[in-house]
Amino acid sequence: MNYEISNGISWKKYAYTFLITAVIFITAIFLSNYFSQKRINEIKNIESRIAVDILASETQFSLLSELSCRDIGSSFLSKELATLGDKLAYTEQNRGSDDPEVLNLKKYYSLLQIKDFLLMQKIKDRCGSVQANNGLSLMYFYSNEGDCEDCEKEGYVLTKLRSDYPELRVYSFDYNLDLSALQTLVSVYNIENKLPAILINDKVYYGFKSVEDMKVALPSLVELDKQKAKAEAEALKAKQATSSTKSN
Amino acid sequence: MHLISESMTYILLFIALYVEVFFLITYFEFSSSDEVEREKQITKFPSVSVIVPVWNEETTILKTIFSLLKLNYPKDKLSIFIVDDGSTDNTWKVVQRFARNSQIKLLQKENGGKHTALNYALEYVDSDLVGCLDADSYVHPEALKRIVVKFEDSEMMAVTPSVKIFEPKGLLGLIQKSEYIFGIFLRKVFSYLNALYITPGPFSIFRRSVFRQIGGYKKAHNTEDMEIAMRMQKNNMKIGNVHNAFIYTVAPTNLYALYKQRLRWVYGFLKNAIDYRGMFFKPQYGNLGMVVLPAAGFSVFSTMYFFGSMILSWVNSLIKTIQEISTVGINFKGFNLDLFYFNTDIIVFVSFIAVLGTLLIIVTSRGLAEEKHIFGLDSVFFLMFYTLLAPLWMTKAIYNVIFAQKTKWR
Repeated sequence: MNYEISNGISWKKYAYTFLITAVIFITAIFLSNYFSQKRINEIKNIESRIAVDILASETQFSLLSELSCRDIGSSFLSKELATLGDKLAYTEQNRGSDDPEVLNLKKYYSLLQIKDFLLMQKIKDRCGSVQANNGLSLMYFYSNEGDCEDCEKEGYVLTKLRSDYPELRVYSFDYNLDLSALQTLVSVYNIENKLPAILINDKVYYGFKSVEDMKVALPSLVELDKQKAKAEAEALKAKQATSSTKSN
Repeated sequence: MHLISESMTYILLFIALYVEVFFLITYFEFSSSDEVEREKQITKFPSVSVIVPVWNEETTILKTIFSLLKLNYPKDKLSIFIVDDGSTDNTWKVVQRFARNSQIKLLQKENGGKHTALNYALEYVDSDLVGCLDADSYVHPEALKRIVVKFEDSEMMAVTPSVKIFEPKGLLGLIQKSEYIFGIFLRKVFSYLNALYITPGPFSIFRRSVFRQIGGYKKAHNTEDMEIAMRMQKNNMKIGNVHNAFIYTVAPTNLYALYKQRLRWVYGFLKNAIDYRGMFFKPQYGNLGMVVLPAAGFSVFSTMYFFGSMILSWVNSLIKTIQEISTVGINFKGFNLDLFYFNTDIIVFVSFIAVLGTLLIIVTSRGLAEEKHIFGLDSVFFLMFYTLLAPLWMTKAIYNVIFAQKTKWR
């Protein structure tokens, strides 16, 4: 029966419409994959930049015996670790935590963090904590397998701390990541599977820790608060002095 | 669970895009030939009767009648039947001023609902064509002439006009204005597909023989204008559309009145769709059975699905924000303009194309509606708020259908 004549149905048109819709969808899939891959590449680029930074710093550190601790400037430790962490977290959220590319990037990121941490430890041992980022660092172990209720809350606390204290280095690790170096780190510091867990100055804290708890565990933060308050008070005083001079 | 909802979203998006592409292709396929047909001039004036069912319409009925009397159509060929369906206000008194007008016949009956008023008047009608006009609507002087031309096609059994909002006011008025203009495009496309399934209460004109062949109006869940069209389609009767035959209708001015009206429409559609379920996906009912009716049903459920997903996602982010504030206080991070964080999901690109299609439909429909500008503030409001408003009545209509609760006219 020819429906095209009797009922106004054009099967060809139905098929063409399907084709056009499919082309739009395929284009959308292609574009989405293209941009997703671009993101992965950007993360890879950041990771390789950090790797170079760490290697450069390690090399510089090896030469330290011939140099003074004072030569270790603020650029000694990579500034991009935090940015990389944010971008990786976003990518993980979009592509899923079991995406093979994401897993690889995460493993590499974890390795870079461990290397950065070890480098900082070495600086601390040789030059003291002032040169080693003022001792402003912590390790955070989380899980995103749904078995850590407080990890999300702890994430908010650490994000807040990082935005209030850009000097603070937060090394975050997925506790369940299949990475031997990470497992070694876990066993070295004897970190149990009671997440969230935070390692500060060789001491492990389990469970949710608020901003205040963190300040107790990391007194350098309180010191920074005091310095900031002092600087603000001085700035205010200077401003008042300038305005009173003007009015006179 | 996440995989199921994601797959569901893509399937629904694919269908929605398919329907949009199909309608746009259809429009551009037929619009040029339609233009030629529109140039046709009327060769003979058939006799026409217009039935105006009224129930407590004392404030609007005069304007409606005057607009009919101003129609550019031979007076001896046009009769107007005013049927007072047992009004309890002064409607009957108000219409008495036309008691001596030879064009107007006044009828009165006990209240029984719009369909009974129409059927009552049909018994008195002996013209070639017969139409209906709601008492809250007004006709463009050229509307009837433009519609009647279509009946030169001997197979044409009914012709629908284009309905616009009369003097739209406020946010709701503007949203409805844009919605009605959007409807002009859809009605045009449905007519090209021979798939019109509503002959709107305001000024749809029928051959009188239609009622002889398939019977009069039915209560049809208070959407008799939908039921009669579906019955006509089931009987393979051709329904056309004249997009420049403009009818102006008074829109509900408050949200509750709009909600009640739309609840009746959507409930009526769903119930009639159930009554006429045998037409769905049946090639013998042409594009109506294969695309238009399934698409109309799909639009109700997809709107509900996307609205539900949107609410869920809002609730999720609200919970997260509350959790974050209760943990660390308000911590405004500013806007991150790094291109890295721009959403490039498949859904974003598909939605972008779908929105472009919708914009094309809006621009095209405004052309059909002879609006001055191709885009207006009303279009912006429509795009912003309609998908948030529609689920209000859709949810209740679906609830009423499932739990067998009837809707009322008023």
